[in-house]
Amino acid sequence: MKEGAMFTESPSDINSREAIPASVGGSTGGEEALGCGPGGSGTSFDAESLRADFPALEREIHSGVPLTYLDSAATAMKPWPVIRAVREYDIDYPASVHRGLHSLSERATLAYESARERIARFIGATDTACIVFTRGTTESINLVARSWGGRFLGPGDEVLLTLLEHHSNLVPWQMLARERGLTLKFADVTDDGQLDLESFDRQLSDRVRLVAVTAASNVLGTIPPLDQIVARARGCGAKVLVDAAQGIVHRPIDIEAPSVDFLTFSAHKLYGPTGVGVLYARREHLEAMPPMLGGGNMVLRVDLEGAGWNDVPWKFEAGTPPIAQAIGLGAVVDYLGQFDRLAMLAHEEELTQYAWRVLSELEGVRLLGPDPREVGRAGIISFLVEQIHPHDLAQLLDRDGVAIRAGHHCAMPLHHRLGLPASARASLALYNNAADVDRLAGAIERARWTLRRPPARPKPSLTRTHPEVGNG
Amino acid sequence: MDDLLYREEILERYYDAPRRGRLEAPDRSAELDNPLCGDRIRLELALGTGGRIVAARFDGDGCVISQVAASFLAEHLEGMPVDEARRLPADKVIGLLGISLSPARVKCGILAWRALQHALDVTADSATNGSGIDLSISTG
Repeated sequence: MKEGAMFTESPSDINSREAIPASVGGSTGGEEALGCGPGGSGTSFDAESLRADFPALEREIHSGVPLTYLDSAATAMKPWPVIRAVREYDIDYPASVHRGLHSLSERATLAYESARERIARFIGATDTACIVFTRGTTESINLVARSWGGRFLGPGDEVLLTLLEHHSNLVPWQMLARERGLTLKFADVTDDGQLDLESFDRQLSDRVRLVAVTAASNVLGTIPPLDQIVARARGCGAKVLVDAAQGIVHRPIDIEAPSVDFLTFSAHKLYGPTGVGVLYARREHLEAMPPMLGGGNMVLRVDLEGAGWNDVPWKFEAGTPPIAQAIGLGAVVDYLGQFDRLAMLAHEEELTQYAWRVLSELEGVRLLGPDPREVGRAGIISFLVEQIHPHDLAQLLDRDGVAIRAGHHCAMPLHHRLGLPASARASLALYNNAADVDRLAGAIERARWTLRRPPARPKPSLTRTHPEVGNG
Repeated sequence: MDDLLYREEILERYYDAPRRGRLEAPDRSAELDNPLCGDRIRLELALGTGGRIVAARFDGDGCVISQVAASFLAEHLEGMPVDEARRLPADKVIGLLGISLSPARVKCGILAWRALQHALDVTADSATNGSGIDLSISTG
């Protein structure tokens, strides 16, 4: 079991109070040593030994069939320190934040706000107030659309998106466009799934008030050139939102390099709990944005006539927030901080290239998106297998314990652009290894064998004929 | 379960499906797709005297389950009184496959049945839904 200096207990100690690191329990001290800022890194990375940190990797899917988890782009597995941090809150100090004056509530508030600080540093934000906890990327983008877009965008304004976007960075803008009379523009992709910068330039004009773009395609693994996108957007006076739901898993994210206005991500794709995510926004935007939800915590004073808003970020955190989950996301930052980020990145790139090579050598397999041996891209590989619908493939692969995604992956416009109704997707995470890729390849070959056309047999004659109809 | 699902009888029907094709002059037809996975089924019916379905054909593309269920359904419909076809429950169609389906695949299995409902103008309210099958199609 390999863990950071802060997490020295064994998994079997999960229910032990002593097992919980003090910093997660409420102290704000100690995390400095982990160097968890953007580009900051621990000293080591060993993809094999860290697998022991993820208990779900040890389970069998069917009797005697181990799990090969290649669906981390949908949701990632959680390591022990994250599980423990969440469980410790529930066991040891399950109290509300920003409310009570008793010990448990104070401890919960410290832990919650400490998580916010660590997350701010993780993405290079110096102002902790710029980190708003949400339910996830989807809510974060909706918050920007409803609140910022609702106040600052109007008829004639344009929002520029790309064909790489997940539905969560498309549908909120469609809803806002209908309500506010906006026009949506779309930058195309090239045939190999890279962002078409010429198309982007053609769509960009002074009418574009916001460019909203993914940091990594959840279908093709494409990493759009954020530097160039931001520079071009700034040239036109447009604000920039980066959907980092996938990107933050696969690349270090720094909100100052390039400088973005809004950045969104979810904890559960980053080895954290479900139900919590982050909106980063520049303070001037948060100050100017009206709250989206009204209720407790987001107000300073209320009388029967009205209310005065709380300061940012709490103005946007109405009601009891996902406290345990936010603390769990803080534990993710500590967990990842122990690793050498460059070594982590190198592992993923190497594995992505290996998977690309192995899969491309399989008969009847067509890989989608840019070739990782030619351009940098995330370890998200979508593909088609000749004669096999992705849903059949996913079900057959599951028989071998191999978990992949099948369908349109919440990116129907991109599939339409590629001329595909659906695809299969294998996504790689820091705990995957070459053996996972080999098991995927073997399972694909078995699926092809299972679904082969059965040997021809004499065709039985139809039992009933209808002279009045054509021959089907 | 998967072995039963993808057994030889099913695969023969997938690759060489009885009743796949089009009618020259269908009396009723409907085409539906499942946006979730791109499965597409067109169902055509010829009605004879006495209110019976005399011929049924399907066409389309998609996963094994959607296509094979459509083939079974088209065969099953031939000779059936229209009134009976209107009342055909969804789980009967899945029963024709001879296996149980996971919730996610039920939507594949009943696509042809939904096309039948449309072809015969059965409204959602009057459709017989069998035993607790979720007919909603959502998309992520």
